[in-house]
Amino acid sequence: MDEFIDITTRINGETVTRRVEARQHLVDFLRLELGLTGSHLGCEHGVCGACTLRVDGVIVRGCLMLAAQADGAEVWTIEGVSDSGEIADLQEAFIDRNALQCGYCTPGMLLTAQEMLAQGHRMSRAEIREFLSGNYCRCTGYHAIVDAVETVMERRFGG
Amino acid sequence: MADCGPIGRSARRSKARTLAFGRGRFADDLRFPGLRHAAFVRSPHAHARILDIAAPARPGVRVVTGREIAGICAPWRGTADHLPGLVSPPQYPLAVDRAAWQGEPVAAVVAGSRAAAEDAAEDVRVDYEPLSAAVGKERALGRGAPPAHPDLGGNLCFETVRAGGNADAALARAARVAARTFTFARQTGVPLEPRCVVADFDPGARRLTVYGTHQSPWQQQDSLALLLGLPEHAVRVIVPDIGGGFGVKLHVYGDEIAVAALAMLLGRPVKYAADRMDSFLGDIHARDQTVHAEIGIDAEGRLSGVRVDALTSVGAYCAYRRPAVSEGLMTVTMAAAPYAHDDYAGRLRVVFQNKPPSGMYRGVGQPIACAVVEQLLDWAAHAAGIDPLEIRRRNYHRADAYPLKTPSGLAVSRLSLAACLDRLVAMMDYDSLRRRQAAQRADGVLLGIGVATFIEMTAVGPVYYGPAGARVSTQDGATVRLEPSGVVRCVTSAIELGQGTLTGIAQIVAARLGVRVEDVAVEGGDTAATPYGGGAWASRGLTIAGEAAWRAADALAANLLDLAGAVLQAERESLLLAAGGVCDRATGRRRMSLADLAGVGHFRQDSLPPGVQPELAATRHYVPDAAPFALANGVQASLVEVDPETGAVRPLKHWAVEDCGRIVNPLLVEEQIRGGIVQGIGGALYEECCHDAEGQMLNATLADYLVPLAAGMPDIAVGHVETPTEGTRLGTKGAGEAGTVGAGPAVMLAVNDALRPTRARVDRWPITPETVLAALAEAGGAREIRGLAKTGAGVE
Repeated sequence: MDEFIDITTRINGETVTRRVEARQHLVDFLRLELGLTGSHLGCEHGVCGACTLRVDGVIVRGCLMLAAQADGAEVWTIEGVSDSGEIADLQEAFIDRNALQCGYCTPGMLLTAQEMLAQGHRMSRAEIREFLSGNYCRCTGYHAIVDAVETVMERRFGG
Repeated sequence: MADCGPIGRSARRSKARTLAFGRGRFADDLRFPGLRHAAFVRSPHAHARILDIAAPARPGVRVVTGREIAGICAPWRGTADHLPGLVSPPQYPLAVDRAAWQGEPVAAVVAGSRAAAEDAAEDVRVDYEPLSAAVGKERALGRGAPPAHPDLGGNLCFETVRAGGNADAALARAARVAARTFTFARQTGVPLEPRCVVADFDPGARRLTVYGTHQSPWQQQDSLALLLGLPEHAVRVIVPDIGGGFGVKLHVYGDEIAVAALAMLLGRPVKYAADRMDSFLGDIHARDQTVHAEIGIDAEGRLSGVRVDALTSVGAYCAYRRPAVSEGLMTVTMAAAPYAHDDYAGRLRVVFQNKPPSGMYRGVGQPIACAVVEQLLDWAAHAAGIDPLEIRRRNYHRADAYPLKTPSGLAVSRLSLAACLDRLVAMMDYDSLRRRQAAQRADGVLLGIGVATFIEMTAVGPVYYGPAGARVSTQDGATVRLEPSGVVRCVTSAIELGQGTLTGIAQIVAARLGVRVEDVAVEGGDTAATPYGGGAWASRGLTIAGEAAWRAADALAANLLDLAGAVLQAERESLLLAAGGVCDRATGRRRMSLADLAGVGHFRQDSLPPGVQPELAATRHYVPDAAPFALANGVQASLVEVDPETGAVRPLKHWAVEDCGRIVNPLLVEEQIRGGIVQGIGGALYEECCHDAEGQMLNATLADYLVPLAAGMPDIAVGHVETPTEGTRLGTKGAGEAGTVGAGPAVMLAVNDALRPTRARVDRWPITPETVLAALAEAGGAREIRGLAKTGAGVE
């Protein structure tokens, strides 16, 4: 268990160089080494989506990727996309619609929703539901989340 | 209720902004100097004697056995003073000599990181002697059944009856009787954030501070003080942000208590963050009921006798403080309670099994009480040729019947069942849905409509936990104070898990003090800093803590008007608080701002007449006194499509009309209802803790234990009827469980309605495709369905 790997990665736009344990998950690295605790652990086996991150432009499960695999990669977390203002409209829509309750799934849900919106066109509620089905929410029942995403789609791509 | 401006508005939650920016602070996010991490060795056997525990020495690793923990921590017993027949053996934080369920913690491993602790836990060698396990509920009571606890002399935990009138005679004279045995699987709550606790013990001062995912920090403080022998004021429990609870985080868990004991043993802060498998094996389970139910109706369709015989399980131990027999007690107490009837026979038997302990999960027995009676009413109505909505209208309590007591002993305050049903029928356009159903049935598409009436016991007062001797407070408190700049701070004993309780309290305080909601900050979750209270369970937040906050704000308002009267040289009665200031009651003219008043009260006391003591804070507590609990009610409807080829059930749409009394924040109430509905649908269609014959859980991962996903769930329309609770200033009732109570029953009724042409009936939750196909096969096979449907035959 004592194998270490040197990585250089860009996290939320800043270059980070660290020696990481070879077996350490990316989300553990972010949470434990960098204090980026906005990504959450829900199942640690790649099902619930609470640890969703964006790596090289694509959302991934932070618990199924090793930190060592992020060497040379561009990683964005909820903290980064919040600070950059990239998802400000989405966050406002979630708050306005009360599309989050405990908030544990929310960072991952927002990153997934942003990837859906990045496709650049409107979708039906059924399609939105399908896209969100890799992210578990135990509180809202999903309806309000679908509403919030639909609202942002209308605003970004016109009614 | 003057000044109620902000009450009834959909104020946004300030906490939502924190959480949506990833800035929540959950227990596992917290860091402490010198922090050690715990992992637990859990029994791989459902039932086994522990012969030996050995671990290789590793630097920086400490292995602590159950016996060592027992040396500094007393065991507990999940009994209740008011249920004298209830037995439960002593339970230790970690198993001592014998493990009674697969997943019971046996030893703790403490190391410098969670990963190191989990590595070291794998090296712990436990020598087990497997014992026969009590697994099936029915078998557990049979002759020669393996005992869940060898010293107990049997597997019966508790047995009781709830009866009134003469159900036998009423059923015998009924025109029709509908009867069925229903099975409700064992499920669990699955909050997305697993349980997590950090215990920080200061060996010098002998003070223990525990940060954790707990819905009732006062209960936890009391438990820790008693079990660890610490004075109560040396124990402080702080609740950071919590990632959902639903009852799972309301209980006393051995692993969490052990973490506090480890912190005392090691003199270092210790953290334990459960992983998902720990959660499936260590969190409370729930439901797990087999219910035989019968209802009779007379020639007019009115109830003539109800019988409910429930067999439930508490798992290996009856839960401490929150006796898990409540699941079954609620079922046999609440069944048929929305309907007028004189003759009821309820029997409850609760068994031990070598499975995880069960406990309070959202709805506690009420979804089952609702399901069995609603389903039988539907079947009886169809057999008698009565419209399913009409049979309910005929049986609802008459409007002049309240307050009343059901034959099962439930005190029922004013309900609004008929109004809710009327509203629901209009919202869903019931008649056109029935036409659509008939049209599509002709094409071989099986649509089903289910309409279920429910009641929900909320904001339970001291009548239950008090006589139980459970040391669980049903009171909540609030301190409201005016800060020097004229803004308001409220400190509450309410616990927030995402419901928005703190926002509701801000609205209540703002309403009473005549200030803007954003000028009120509400904090809670620290037993050293807030008034003593209960916490989050039984849909009680606004009804109890909100009422306390109103009363505290009311008392503060009186203080402020006293002060303003002294400053303005005016009669207190001539003034009132409004628009952020002090106004003349008669003219509405503003006399001074709250900021100016606060400035005088905090900093310029020298300017006050002699003898005036500014009192800029007030604390009040509230415990329900007018009624034992607030009874919410409503009606839900489900539209589903059943695929007779695959057995798949697809919920297409869901409707709910509920009455939670006065609504403080419609946005938050509606999302509580929607979230509860989806959990209820999960229980009806997906969720089951599957065990094999040896008591091994077969699906303890989130990949194998199904919970609702966005794609499978319907849109949900919510409507309201408001019947304010009598005897409180606010008139609120709880709303947190209503969705869960009625949703599963509505879905089951819809499935059976869809299956009606096939004569198949489902009576088991979850209603999996296998369940549907088995029911179809029993009714004559899927192949014949299309023919039946096309000819329109099969309607009873």
